[in-house]
Amino acid sequence: MAAVSGDEELLGAARSGDEAAFAALVARYHGRLVGVARSVLGRRDLAEDVAQDTWMAVLRGLDGFEGRSSFRTWLFRICVHRARSSAAKEHRSIPFDPQEPGVEARWFGPDGAWAAEVQPWTEQSEDKVVAAALVPLVRQAIDSLPDAQRVVVILRDIEGLSSAEVCDVLSITEGNHRVLLHRGRNHVRAALDRHLKGR
Amino acid sequence: MSVRLLGNDILCRQAVALMTEYLEGTLPWRERRRLRRHLRRCPNCSEYLEQLRTTISLVGQVGPDHLPDQALAHLTDVFRRYRDLPPDQPDQ
Repeated sequence: MAAVSGDEELLGAARSGDEAAFAALVARYHGRLVGVARSVLGRRDLAEDVAQDTWMAVLRGLDGFEGRSSFRTWLFRICVHRARSSAAKEHRSIPFDPQEPGVEARWFGPDGAWAAEVQPWTEQSEDKVVAAALVPLVRQAIDSLPDAQRVVVILRDIEGLSSAEVCDVLSITEGNHRVLLHRGRNHVRAALDRHLKGR
Repeated sequence: MSVRLLGNDILCRQAVALMTEYLEGTLPWRERRRLRRHLRRCPNCSEYLEQLRTTISLVGQVGPDHLPDQALAHLTDVFRRYRDLPPDQPDQ
């Protein structure tokens, strides 16, 4: 197994019985599966079980994966399906109609213009060292998002799924996806703004 | 996030509401043109858009969560059991 391999390579190796390849996939995705499961379930305590259950389903379906979608799209689709089943057993469901108001409503005056100046960020966040220091703050901000926004931000901006793939994995409309992504990103930006502006 | 664009100019509130579609590349060309025109003359909205771009870039740098050794050990153990099953008993 190469030091850094793509998902499909690892999957191929895992199919051939390579334990290290499977472990590499688990290391890469397990935490994200827990995050997605938590968002869909609306609770943290069952998310680990759902993530483990997802890997079981992956193992059972290893030979059936046909590569019509990417491995991670397939993986997250299984996870969301499992999390929804688990939520249904608990008589819970997370609404994916955008219900939480956007953070930006209060930033504008009655004339629709900014109520206060948008202050430039003082630190050079494109600097690698500065960016690395900001990542824990970003992780915390994502963690504090409403469930539906969090899962969309994880899949679109961390996993890099396309908008269409996110809609497919979550079975949501393009309109709902857009609003949830917009609000989620604005929330995270607001958290960064509190940290970075005018320091 | 329904935004009606009246006339040729848009308000800052409307500009911000359009930014996700703009960044996703899904904004219809007419609205894209209006947004760009607004951005050229509005330093606040331009700054906001840059901050959104930075935010997306930083979110993309969030790595995988730490995986507890116990969870990894459990899953690799399950993997071993699946791997070592005889081929005609795929789901025991």
